[in-house]
Amino acid sequence: MDISFVILVEMLYAVASLVLISAGLAVVFGMMKVINLAHGEFMMMGGYATITAVGLGVNVFVAMLIIAPIVVGLIGLVVERLVIRHLYGRLIDTMLATWGLSLVFIGLATMIFGNTTTGISTPITGFAVGGYQVSGYNFFIIVVAVLLVIAMIAVLKGTRAGLIARGTMQRSDMAAALGYSPDRIYMATFFCGSALSGLAGAILAPLVGLVPSSGGAYIAEAFITVIAGGPSLIAGLVSSATTFGVVNQVFTFAISPVIGEVALLIAAVILLRAMPQGITSRFFRGRL
Amino acid sequence: MSLNRREFLGRTAALTGAAMLPTATLAADKIQLGSILDTSGIFDAYGKPMDQATRLAVAEINANGGLLGREVEIIDYDTQSDMALYSQYAQKLTRQDQVDVVHGGILSASREAIRQTMRKTQTLYFYNVQYEGGVCDRNMFATGVTPAQQVEVLVPYAMKKSGPRVHILAADYNYGQITARWIQKFVQDNGGEVVATDFFPLDVSDFGSTITKIQQTAPDLIVAPLVGGAHLSFFRQWAAAGMKDKIPLASTTLGVGNEHKVLTPEEGNGIMVAYNYSQELDTPENKAFKEKWQAAYGDTKAIHELAVSTYQGILLWAEGVKKAGSIDRDPVIEALETGIAIVGPAGNIAIDPQTHHVTLDVHIMEFEDQGMTVIETLNQVAPVDTQAVCNLQENPDDNTQYEIEI
Repeated sequence: MDISFVILVEMLYAVASLVLISAGLAVVFGMMKVINLAHGEFMMMGGYATITAVGLGVNVFVAMLIIAPIVVGLIGLVVERLVIRHLYGRLIDTMLATWGLSLVFIGLATMIFGNTTTGISTPITGFAVGGYQVSGYNFFIIVVAVLLVIAMIAVLKGTRAGLIARGTMQRSDMAAALGYSPDRIYMATFFCGSALSGLAGAILAPLVGLVPSSGGAYIAEAFITVIAGGPSLIAGLVSSATTFGVVNQVFTFAISPVIGEVALLIAAVILLRAMPQGITSRFFRGRL
Repeated sequence: MSLNRREFLGRTAALTGAAMLPTATLAADKIQLGSILDTSGIFDAYGKPMDQATRLAVAEINANGGLLGREVEIIDYDTQSDMALYSQYAQKLTRQDQVDVVHGGILSASREAIRQTMRKTQTLYFYNVQYEGGVCDRNMFATGVTPAQQVEVLVPYAMKKSGPRVHILAADYNYGQITARWIQKFVQDNGGEVVATDFFPLDVSDFGSTITKIQQTAPDLIVAPLVGGAHLSFFRQWAAAGMKDKIPLASTTLGVGNEHKVLTPEEGNGIMVAYNYSQELDTPENKAFKEKWQAAYGDTKAIHELAVSTYQGILLWAEGVKKAGSIDRDPVIEALETGIAIVGPAGNIAIDPQTHHVTLDVHIMEFEDQGMTVIETLNQVAPVDTQAVCNLQENPDDNTQYEIEI
């Protein structure tokens, strides 16, 4: 009984961390059709922002949930103004440009922080479930991911800004005809996407040793999750994160962590073979 | 004057040879010590202090008048924690720079990447790192501790403190694989049982499912030969799950890169290790070494096991050169094989002629408030694991890494 609960928590945690890792990319790719290959580096910068802020004496939760997203969001804003906005609609060119950006960010982080592993310890202690100890931080990640999804739905469905954003994503020319500047909406969207990446990097920072090249570890999983999710932003994100998170953990527990990763990749290949447009092209069609 | 082609070739060859002569003697003015270490990337916590120790040792040799009246010069390459760069730079060191000796290599994977190049080019090679043991190669000297010196003392001590059921978590490459087998052997020899063994690639940093699995097997003790920055996450996540005070941990690697200073006291306290060196060793040699380090680099925080091994390895080589009266490979090897010994920061350390490994002191220690407190000291432990399989006196052409059979 206890063990099934613990495994359930681990699975939810795996799903939640996939949602977190992929959310920023999903916003930028799903809404703007911009492939941001520097996504992993935005996460890495979120991690460094957190560690730096904590080093300066800021409360760790403030650093993770407020400072890191704002810092990375602002960096994203600059990047959007300087680079991305010139490349809208040019898929291959944005890939090349953002890949270059990722190299620049790795280089800058190496210059500033050094190519040395850093980290902060986890701010939440573990607790016992029957005979097992569970990391309290896993629950924190699950809660943040759930809140994040709810907040995204609320903003996109419930607010006027969300309505305008969705309208622009579907027909930017019509939105422009109605008096909304697509340029500004894209800018705001990219800011939000970057901030989400920064948030993910910040929240995962206490669990790992951070180096400037850490971003590379996340980028593959993030892309697989977003691509396999398909056209619907939130439904796609949640459904593919759930699929992959569960597959990964089942094989991890049954065999080993390495096989878990392999199973995730094989599941992605099979999924994209069966549904080339992603999960939400067949299920949950027309959802947000 | 008429020249046929043969004469022409002969004379030009002689001329070019004569033209090259002065440069050749110039280059021979300084003794060249090649150093090949990861001073950046995920293994830089190991490599940077080793590089500092190399510089310190060479500066000291030069301050004392060099070797055989010649200055020693370091030619170093940073392999950036990338195994592919090792073979590339090894070629450069041996064929282009043609150094007199190479000190370096950190991971066992990196050692095996360059060892054959050193052997082929007859470049004397020192591997100054604690490792899984068993390398039998006349061209190489290994100056770090091996499992029989480390695991053999650590495992019984840790088992006595905890219990007989052991779970092993090891890095997934030759060091981890072979050390895991050694641990299994010593656990069984001491009447214990290995309940599970898990291997992790070097970039794995999420140990959530592993921690749950460990609780399922419910061992009395965990022995963790994990390696590098990513694996440090395990100790962090283990403490975060609140497991640290429930199941004791022992490690054969944690602390060699000063990991006990990266982990907070809450994460690290009580972890059991066994090494040749601790900063807390109270000997005049260690005190003098730390003062020298302080003078050169400002503070002694960075000194760790591998840095001291490197320092001692270079001093051993220098003793060999002095005794041989030559810098050539064969006389130096023969001099070293007389059982040369020095007293380094970690105590007396002597070359074992039969295996080209070393006999040294081993200390059982526990992490305490980001330091390593010495619990028990075993003097002059011989590398019996490698001695059991390797005899370079009888079989000088051996070129094998022996692995333990269970």
